[in-house]
Amino acid sequence: MGVFTQAWTWLATGSHWSGEDGAWHRLGEHVYVSALALLVSCLIALPLALWLGHIGKGGALAVNLSNVGRAIPVFAVLALFMVTPLRNAGYLPTVIALVLFAVPPLLTNAYVGMREVDPAAVEAARGMGMSGRQLFLQVELPLAYPLIMTGLRSAAVQIIATATIAAMAGLGGLGRIVTEGFAVYDTPQVVAGAMLVAALALLVEGVLVAVDRIFSPVRGRS
Amino acid sequence: MARNCLAANDWICWEYVSSRSQELTDATVQHIWITAVSVLIGLLVAFPLALLARGRKGVAATVLGITTVLYTVPSLAMFALLLPLFGLSAGLVITGLVLYSLTILVRNILAGLESVPPDALEAARGMGYGRIRLLFEVELPLALPALMAGLRIATVATVALTTIGSLVDHGGLGNLIEQGLPTFFKAQILTASVLCVVLAIAADLLLLGLQRLLTPWTRIRTAKAG
Repeated sequence: MGVFTQAWTWLATGSHWSGEDGAWHRLGEHVYVSALALLVSCLIALPLALWLGHIGKGGALAVNLSNVGRAIPVFAVLALFMVTPLRNAGYLPTVIALVLFAVPPLLTNAYVGMREVDPAAVEAARGMGMSGRQLFLQVELPLAYPLIMTGLRSAAVQIIATATIAAMAGLGGLGRIVTEGFAVYDTPQVVAGAMLVAALALLVEGVLVAVDRIFSPVRGRS
Repeated sequence: MARNCLAANDWICWEYVSSRSQELTDATVQHIWITAVSVLIGLLVAFPLALLARGRKGVAATVLGITTVLYTVPSLAMFALLLPLFGLSAGLVITGLVLYSLTILVRNILAGLESVPPDALEAARGMGYGRIRLLFEVELPLALPALMAGLRIATVATVALTTIGSLVDHGGLGNLIEQGLPTFFKAQILTASVLCVVLAIAADLLLLGLQRLLTPWTRIRTAKAG
């Protein structure tokens, strides 16, 4: 437990927070890269998954694609980037690696959410004369919403945790605090960095849970 | 034709694969056993946790909260934290991987158990099923698809994460990637990376086959619906 006390001391030291290498700056970089990666992942995964789920086709494709993405080790992706000219492309390699990791939970959850909509509800909606568009917006999407949000939450948390590897490519983010501590065997700094990442992830999870509760279309109906 | 792809540092180099086949085999074997042991221990720990959390909102929130926090600890830091306990051993990597797999496994097992229709439970209870029989003959089979889905995700993710174990020289194919980095040894990095992905896909297909064997009824239902 001594390590954690020392980590608190590290966090309580003002000089660790200011400047280019300071925690505030690293936190900013971390949030920037994570938000960018989450946005790109959503833009790729959600339309595809919702469309595939709506037409009821491509299930094997969706799941297998996502599994291929999940099977790719971030470390290997970064290592490959580091021996190509892409290593000079700023945050691009990190964002690509993070997107590869975040698309699977988003895609799979959204697709499964759409497919697990009660067939009776879909049939009833069809029987009421709903068009495909109405069916999608008024029946399938609201019923799939909880699972889509679960996917979004796990993707966000995963991105924030994985963004620390940006440091392995010599880039910024909270991972730098961890790797720099690792390099000089400064365990309190490693733990402090890890605690910052965990705190950020939990904060984002909490915010997303709140957003989920407020906007849930099936709130109060059960 | 006489050009040596090793000397030219090509991405794809058969000569590398054939001349280092022993090294590649050793790394692959290490990768497989570290992954398998991690996932098995993860499953053995996750199942009782999910059973404990089922139907108890407070326990479920705590268990899910703790495993999520563990998941957010970056692998670099996780291994650094476990270092004093295990030293530079395979146990360090396996413990880290087990902790990571728990989030996925507990969530999925719990979701599977909770998705069992109350009607089925009531019917079974009405037929005089005890708790143990209910668990193994009704709940577990019905939760199996979700459980297997979680197991597949956890396995594939663990195959990929094992590479980080190269930090302490127990990363299977990750070791080769790490060794290739300082010298820009492209063939070694690419071959090891591709092998990682192939390994993950093979494990996934294997588990998918197992799932089909274990849940024959799900296919009958989809066949009727289609």
